[in-house]
Amino acid sequence: MQRVAKAGGDLALRRHSEAIAFLVMACLLVLAPAFAYPVFLMKALCFALFACAFNLLIGYVGLLSFGHALFFGWASYICAHAAKVWGFPPELAILSGAATAAGLGAIVGALAIRRQGIYFAMITLALAQMMYFFAVQAPFTHGEDGIQAVPRGKLFGIIDLADQTNMYITVLVIFLGCFLLIYRIINSPFGEVLKAIRENEPRAISLGYRSERYKLVAFVLSATFAGVAGATKALVFQLASLTDVDWPMSGEVILMTLVGGLGTLFGPVAGAFFMVALENYLTTIGQWVFVVQGVIFVVCVLLFRRGIIGELAQVLRVKL
Amino acid sequence: MFELFGISSQALFGQLLIGLINGSFYALLSLGLAVIFGMLNIINFAHGAQYMLGAFAAYFLLQYAGLGYWWAIVLAPIVVGITGIIIERLFLQWLYKLDHLYGLLLTFGLALIFEGTFRNFFGSSGLPYSVPPALQGGQNLGFMFLPNYRGWVVVFSLAVCLTTWFVIERTKLGSYLRAATENPALVRAFGINVPRMITLTYGFGVALAALAGVMAAPIYNVSPQMGANLIIVVFAVVVIGGMGSIMGAIVTGFGLGLIEGLTKVFFPEASNTVIFIIMAIVLLIRPAGLFGRSA
Amino acid sequence: MKRLFTLTAVAVALGCGCAQAQYTDGTIKIGVMNDMSGTYSDLSGQGSVVAARMAVEDFGAAAKGMKVEIVGADHQNKPDVGSNVVRTWIDVDKVDAIVDVPTSSVALAVNEIVRDKNKVFLVSGAAASDLTGPKCTPNTIHWTYDTWALANGTGKAIVKTGGDTWFFLTADYAFGHALERDTAAVVEKNGGKVIGKVRHPFPGTDFSSFLLQAQASKAKIIGLANAGSDTINSIKQASEFGITQSGQNLAALLAFITDVHALGLKTAQGLIMTEAWYWDLNDANREFAKKFAPQVKGVHPTMVHAGVYSAVMHYLKAVEALKSDGDGKAVVAKMKEMPTDDKLFGKGEVRADGRKIHPMYLFEVKKPAESKAPWDYYKLRATIPADEAFRPMAEGGCPLVKS
Repeated sequence: MQRVAKAGGDLALRRHSEAIAFLVMACLLVLAPAFAYPVFLMKALCFALFACAFNLLIGYVGLLSFGHALFFGWASYICAHAAKVWGFPPELAILSGAATAAGLGAIVGALAIRRQGIYFAMITLALAQMMYFFAVQAPFTHGEDGIQAVPRGKLFGIIDLADQTNMYITVLVIFLGCFLLIYRIINSPFGEVLKAIRENEPRAISLGYRSERYKLVAFVLSATFAGVAGATKALVFQLASLTDVDWPMSGEVILMTLVGGLGTLFGPVAGAFFMVALENYLTTIGQWVFVVQGVIFVVCVLLFRRGIIGELAQVLRVKL
Repeated sequence: MFELFGISSQALFGQLLIGLINGSFYALLSLGLAVIFGMLNIINFAHGAQYMLGAFAAYFLLQYAGLGYWWAIVLAPIVVGITGIIIERLFLQWLYKLDHLYGLLLTFGLALIFEGTFRNFFGSSGLPYSVPPALQGGQNLGFMFLPNYRGWVVVFSLAVCLTTWFVIERTKLGSYLRAATENPALVRAFGINVPRMITLTYGFGVALAALAGVMAAPIYNVSPQMGANLIIVVFAVVVIGGMGSIMGAIVTGFGLGLIEGLTKVFFPEASNTVIFIIMAIVLLIRPAGLFGRSA
Repeated sequence: MKRLFTLTAVAVALGCGCAQAQYTDGTIKIGVMNDMSGTYSDLSGQGSVVAARMAVEDFGAAAKGMKVEIVGADHQNKPDVGSNVVRTWIDVDKVDAIVDVPTSSVALAVNEIVRDKNKVFLVSGAAASDLTGPKCTPNTIHWTYDTWALANGTGKAIVKTGGDTWFFLTADYAFGHALERDTAAVVEKNGGKVIGKVRHPFPGTDFSSFLLQAQASKAKIIGLANAGSDTINSIKQASEFGITQSGQNLAALLAFITDVHALGLKTAQGLIMTEAWYWDLNDANREFAKKFAPQVKGVHPTMVHAGVYSAVMHYLKAVEALKSDGDGKAVVAKMKEMPTDDKLFGKGEVRADGRKIHPMYLFEVKKPAESKAPWDYYKLRATIPADEAFRPMAEGGCPLVKS
């Protein structure tokens, strides 16, 4: 790489910083299974997608949803149920999960969009909690036990996902695909309107944009991607449980995005990998996980608002 | 007496009374949240943890200082209130210029820290705290046996709630508070120390939460998680009531306690979710909440 | 990875005949997984790790040249956390046996994983009787107690002493339902009647509403089909509402000595419960408790801890006899073949369906005046002999049992 002082070369690098970062990330992920436990990587990828979905809402629309676990967890349940009880092949199971998340997103969004800021957060939290209790009781979720022994099945009828390598490649492809989709959404006319709404909603309205509609669509999209993440996770771990719909899960995805960098493209990914690694390391010390998470929250909000990628982007003066 | 849907009137009144008791806690906690939100525009996610701290403070006072319930009612809110003031000075004051959501995130982080630390030291099964001797036993009301302590809870919470409402809505101090909420700069120009008022208000809201905790200690086990699930229900109560009015928080708290109590009789499995369902309905009809003023 | 393990297992099995012992990784690694910080941390938690270590010491592993390592982990009562830990343990850390695992939902999930990876699962903490029923596997042994044994002990004994009308307060999740179902069956079989039930959300805090309904039913016995802090809170609040004073009795269907400790004798006196082991029953138990308690902040061993000790002891004996630990099925088969004998449970056996057999005991909680020292809580009301204490094998529905 040239270290060019000339404005032209510099600008080209900056313009393509996101593309370069994407290639770096993709390469690292392809090579990673040689160095790390694949199940750990798959978990991190699912959460990375979940965090990207959440970031779409908070980073680019400015809406803090405190109930995203609802979409993640319910998609996970429906996918598990579809794969185990209805015998769906994995691709259809994941799609069912995503569709469920989209549907729930439309309902929750319609209710929550009516209010702004903090109210919006509280409403999403309360609705998610309500669906949590529903999950505890609904017979098909098996409550505390969760849906266990979910078969991974054969992708498109030919690729056996019970093989760890096949599963990893599938998860990686899903992640990269959705990541690119999210990038496309953000960098599109639709995305520009969303950013306008985040910056100054009254002005966007005065320009003729129906902000409520745009926010709802963004909400549903975010919910759908969260659903894809949840459904994939159900297949990876062959288990869908109450943890996925509980409010601490919503808190976790917020933390991942915050640590990684709100409103940056790669922030959620970095944050997800960081938090999953941290939790892995901390399982041996039990409940201190919560304290550590809390401390990270406090430190990030007070001192480190840009997050890992945000700070990196600031230092390198590129867009990440 | 009479029968309603197969439940005798005796059982029904008993359940309503219990609902009122639960409602006392909802009212106290949503009152604290409303007071804090009114002044600081911050949703204090740590409210549940501070409720838990109040209960633990009562336990410690009894265990290590031999000071019983009546001391705890006074001391625990003061102690926890002071920690609230420290939190405000150390952390919250930097956030007023930022997006309100950061306040929510910070207090969420604080809640995790408090609960995690206590969980590590005290496990989750909880610690026993007994009903103070003066309030033990109960009255046979005919339709049910009412433990004295539970009756005390309702009466005392009502008194605290109404006193707070009175101070805020009808006294000079309260008028300063309300004015500072509307226009802090102008009130400062009048020579009133607004930052100090903000700090003290947060401390007061936290003290209210701790007071609820002390009152809960004899009934529910003193456990690190006691606030975690309760806080979300209180959020729903607050959304239903609307953030604008103090009286709204009080009325909604008691009212929802009653409704939840009724649900436990007729449809116990749904008792966890009924408040959220009501919240969804209220949002459809009146997005600002029952007593709220539109933002 | 699965292929690698199968190969290793085959190699180990082939090498069985020769005198040289071949353990995977050269070590016998035992993973103790349970709730280290939540509701069940007192009855299992760190104490189980201590119990496992004591078993390894008493077995004399070092002297026999066997390298045994004990690791512990917290599953936080969540099946996904538990599954993750077990998967990582087996795939990455080469753990050979998983022990304890209270909370039936986690145990059921681990049950599947251990079978798929052909390791050994010794359940001490969990209660689900399905583990030796429809969900039984050749890799799992259910050691200490189960819902059927508890229902049989408490239910039958209480009905026989006059408690013949029952009202159930049930935790609304799979375990609570199972406990209620098993106990109701026993009550009705022995001439009692179930006159009502109510399900409370899990986990619950305020049971006053449900307790009032139980009181209104006028049943002689209120059966608490819940566990942990739910049971503790139900008992505490029942006392508060004068339920026990007005003539109804509480039956705790799943309670441990640590629950009695948390409640205090004043509130818990008169409570009837079934357990598999009590530290004050005989000298061997007392000696164990004396060694155990200082290592766990004074908490006395529960039946779960004793079960972990007994299971690990028997596992090590089986592994020593086989001279290998790689093939879970083979080790468990050996454990079923050898009769059990340890200082805590005495002589017993492991059945074909994976059920460990030993007597169960019916206890009543002492009044405060009757207790001479902390943790002196129980008086023995009855001993249920081993052959009557557990569900007959034929009724279980375990596919391993040839009918």
